[in-house]
Amino acid sequence: MKPNRHNLWTIELKVIEARSTFEMVEWRELWQYRDLFASLVWRDVKIRYAQSILGIGWAVVQPVFNMVVFTIIFGNLAKMDSEGVPYAIFSFAALVPWTYFSGALTSASGSLIAASAMITKVYFPRLVVPVAPVLGKLVDFAVATLLLFGMMLWFHIPPTFWVLTLPFLVLLMVLTATGLGIWLAALSVHYRDVNYAMQFAIQALMYAAPVVYPASKIPGPYRLLYGLNPMAGVIEGFRSAFLGTAPMPWDLLIMGTITALMITISGIIYFRHMERIFADVI
Amino acid sequence: MASEISLRVVNLSKRYRIGSRERQHDTLIGAGMALMRRPFENLRSLRSLSQFDSNGHDPIDVIWALKDVAFEVKKGEVVGVIGRNGAGKSTLLRILSRITYPTFGRVEIRGRVSSLLEVGTGFHPELTGRENVYLNGTVLGMTKAEVREKFDEIVDFAGIEKYIDTPVKRYSSGMGVRLAFAVAAHLEPEILLVDEVLAVGDAAFQKKCLGKMEAVAGEGRTVVFISHNMTAVAGLCSRAFLLVDGHLAAQGPTDGIISLYMEQVKSLSQLALVDRRDRRGNGLLRVTGVTLKNGEGQTVDQVRMGDDVVLELSYVSDCSRPLQHVQFSLHFYTMSDQPLFNLMNELVGDDLPTIPPNGTVRCVVPRWPLMPGQYSFNVFCQIGMDTADWILNARLLEVVEGDFFKTGRTVPAGSGDMFVLPHRWEACAP
Repeated sequence: MKPNRHNLWTIELKVIEARSTFEMVEWRELWQYRDLFASLVWRDVKIRYAQSILGIGWAVVQPVFNMVVFTIIFGNLAKMDSEGVPYAIFSFAALVPWTYFSGALTSASGSLIAASAMITKVYFPRLVVPVAPVLGKLVDFAVATLLLFGMMLWFHIPPTFWVLTLPFLVLLMVLTATGLGIWLAALSVHYRDVNYAMQFAIQALMYAAPVVYPASKIPGPYRLLYGLNPMAGVIEGFRSAFLGTAPMPWDLLIMGTITALMITISGIIYFRHMERIFADVI
Repeated sequence: MASEISLRVVNLSKRYRIGSRERQHDTLIGAGMALMRRPFENLRSLRSLSQFDSNGHDPIDVIWALKDVAFEVKKGEVVGVIGRNGAGKSTLLRILSRITYPTFGRVEIRGRVSSLLEVGTGFHPELTGRENVYLNGTVLGMTKAEVREKFDEIVDFAGIEKYIDTPVKRYSSGMGVRLAFAVAAHLEPEILLVDEVLAVGDAAFQKKCLGKMEAVAGEGRTVVFISHNMTAVAGLCSRAFLLVDGHLAAQGPTDGIISLYMEQVKSLSQLALVDRRDRRGNGLLRVTGVTLKNGEGQTVDQVRMGDDVVLELSYVSDCSRPLQHVQFSLHFYTMSDQPLFNLMNELVGDDLPTIPPNGTVRCVVPRWPLMPGQYSFNVFCQIGMDTADWILNARLLEVVEGDFFKTGRTVPAGSGDMFVLPHRWEACAP
């Protein structure tokens, strides 16, 4: 047999034992499975719009549809304050990150159940399963962002200097979706209720974020509490960077980064704790 | 080199909790109250699926799938693991392949492990054959570079070059299985684990699997083979382990272990059914005995071919009211575990909408068609959607020669056949 890369690292002794309650993440092993991770991300992207006419066009249909509805209801009927820009682009700048977030969260939370055939038949680091769709959804996000730039051209709104913070905003958005996704995926193995609750929980979360209204509507004393939702900072950050409607909301962003990190770290700990029984309970 | 240990299992134990028992309610109010309490009970029972009391006292719905199993396998050895269904074979394999974790004990493995219970895992119908090969290969632990290196070989082995860029959903099921197996077969593990579930494909596919195993064994790699197929175990394995109720009952040269297993199957089925403790299900109903009768209603020890046979199941339950929607089934198989047929009241349309809480049900088989020999059967009872009682290998059934065709001629035994069929012969009109 020809020696290959695997033999170098697997010939060593491997021990299978009862898992303890707290397990560290095996980064080295995750790195060895990086190609699997890439395959799963790519599968997520490839099959999402398979055998559909619009294909990747669906990535913009949902935010555009919501934008039209919100513009009619909140912009025209309720006369919601849109901080000096047309309500359509005011809401669309929020719907681009929000659509990504809700989509990524929904697929991440159902990902382990969807992969149950794999989980009960073959070993691999389970953590790659909920993270793959979170990254896969970035393709849709990129397409929607392009449309946002198109709308800015149309409305003659130039981006501000703060558009340079976009990588940070995207990182915070992905981190939040990853952390919550890991939590919900691990919970849903045990309690399928998670998947049923997702539908309206996402809707409730949307109204808890400044999607249809500006964050300036939140009374001052509650602003930091409001910032506990990392998506509040991300969405206001998007408006600030693209539309310049308000200054960069650093207070919200700092609060949001702290919660996102805490959610992600606790999510990984919980996931690693539950991982040992996934195959038995799923 | 030859004495190097490639697999060492030390005091391996695995505890499972099977689905919790459901209560039946006697009144509408009781059922209504239960409906409101249900979420709290569900929460408790879902939590309990993964949590255990630490007072060292096992509740009734906890089973030890494996208990203190210990053995060693040397490098290059081909060993078989045999045992009845539910003896813990599959659990052992799942632990060895790191899908699930033991409750106690440990396994030491030297070398890359791959298991042939994972054929086709990760295949997605919307992706093409090529994309699935990469996906499946990386799921099984290969790197992309390794898959690329072996890609042509894999496609060649599967024989589907023409369709490699077609979505797998357009494949015939045979093509999908061939491609999946080709990927698994090119893993080059140091230790290969094979489960009998693999033997679901057609005869040609099974032959390919066995051939692959022989090839792997021939290259000095270690194989652990789990099977019901005694012929395959005897042919492939030099040594075997016998699992009984999660314990390692015996290990040694394959032939000895196989005959021990046959003995064990026989002796277990001589135990009176009411004393059997190795049953599964929620216990809402328990089958306490199977009585064998001939067409005239006389109790018999043996069945004569061609006679009408009556199997009477007596049962008890803790309920005070009649039981509803009860299904019984008797699953027959040969002594080497070849499944034969299943007698199910539901399948033949003989529904039992209500039966008394204690009583007897009867299954009548006209003109018994099995050839002389020994057979065994499982007793299974389901109430609603839940398994109430399930006894594997409930009893032995001895069939003796008889006049099946009512011609005064007995059917010759010893041909290796299992069945006779009623039939006619006649000359056709010119």
